Amino acid sequence: MTTDTSQTPPEQLLYSTMLFYGCWGSLTLMAITYALYVLGVLTPHVPLETVTQLWSQPVKVYLEQGGVPQGWGWLRLVGQGDFLNFTGIVLLAGMTILCYVPLIGAYLKKKEPIFAAVAVLEILVLLFAASGIVGSGGH
Amino acid sequence: MKRQILLKAGLPVLGAALLIAVYAMAAQNDAVVTQSMAEAGVSGPWWLWPLVLLFFCFILGIIAVLAGVGGGVLYVPLVSGFFPFHLDFVRGAGLMVALAGALAAGPGLLRRNLASLRLALPVALIASSCAIVGAMIGLALPTNVVQICLGATILFIAILILKSKNVAVPEVKKPDALGIALGMNGVYHDASTGQDYAWKTHRTLPGLLMFIIIGVMAGMFGLGAGWANVPVLNLMMGVPLKVAVGTSKFLLSITDTSAAWVYLNQGCVIPLMAIPSIVGLMFGSFVGVRLLAKAKPKFIRYMVIGVLLFSGAKALLKGLGIG
Repeated sequence: MTTDTSQTPPEQLLYSTMLFYGCWGSLTLMAITYALYVLGVLTPHVPLETVTQLWSQPVKVYLEQGGVPQGWGWLRLVGQGDFLNFTGIVLLAGMTILCYVPLIGAYLKKKEPIFAAVAVLEILVLLFAASGIVGSGGH
Repeated sequence: MKRQILLKAGLPVLGAALLIAVYAMAAQNDAVVTQSMAEAGVSGPWWLWPLVLLFFCFILGIIAVLAGVGGGVLYVPLVSGFFPFHLDFVRGAGLMVALAGALAAGPGLLRRNLASLRLALPVALIASSCAIVGAMIGLALPTNVVQICLGATILFIAILILKSKNVAVPEVKKPDALGIALGMNGVYHDASTGQDYAWKTHRTLPGLLMFIIIGVMAGMFGLGAGWANVPVLNLMMGVPLKVAVGTSKFLLSITDTSAAWVYLNQGCVIPLMAIPSIVGLMFGSFVGVRLLAKAKPKFIRYMVIGVLLFSGAKALLKGLGIG
């Protein structure tokens, strides 16, 4: 396959660069926070033995018996070993939203309002999913 | 160059950190947790599963690359069938696995113009919106119903892979009005033939509508949807195979994001099992890429079909209360 990027649109190259650093940054963050968690440097909110008992149960049981918050409630517990892991996970899941933001300006500059509108709508859809409004609880 | 150095240095560090961490965790808490697991009726030392998952996903990553399928489609049926985790957490981790793989592949595909942002944007909007609906349906349905549907879907995917005959460069005689309006066209250079290929789409509207179903299924089962994206883009819309494969992989990074957020917000992502899965699969993918040149694709293809038939049947039987 070609590595000639001369035909690649600039907005696509920018997206690619942001994604590269964001993705590997979040994976590194995950490895570090996981190490802090399992090495016991930071005490977890849900004890390890409880997690291993509850991961075979439905999510509802895990939430109730583990005292695990839904949605963005984990932010209150970010100092705990297990919930610190969500910083990397959330960064990974948020990368697409961040990468879409510069596309709006790029397409408006190219006088392509349809694609700018598609980018805005996609950000709204992903923000809606990320908001925690969606869904009323697992079974 | 800088990126390659970063990748080469970063991956072993990530893997080593994880292995050390799991080992240290084992050494530190082994006695206490093994006892509690025994009390709970779960056999084997507690640290076994994260460690097994790490190696299992490493192998899965190699196979997935060699077979040209996403990690999620193998991960969900196999892990839900053979590991002690509930399907809720397997689907949450499966989406994170598929998402991480797609995000890692995205930059290279976009830079080389093998994924088309212009083609992906409208498709992704439809698929990601529907993936939210799919995730809500999946979390609301009883586990056995989801397991039965998952088994049936996996069996269908196995047959689809067995039967599908993708076309390298489909002939699009006349692009349709929607394809023209959305500017769904481009040029890619194929180094293997040394030629530039101009491409455009036809049957754009039915193709886009298919992504409603694909999005719902991706969200419902926590699968990546590369198995469905590629045939629709290639056979239905007339996109060249290499651009279809590249755009499909990139698309997963957007579709799976919306579904992953739903599972994440519902508490379906447990770091203790999700992170070894993600890192193991990404490691395996990198090794798989290096093995790609030496692999015998026909053997790998039949092996994956066999694995999918087996795991699909297992999921189906489990859902029916037989397995």
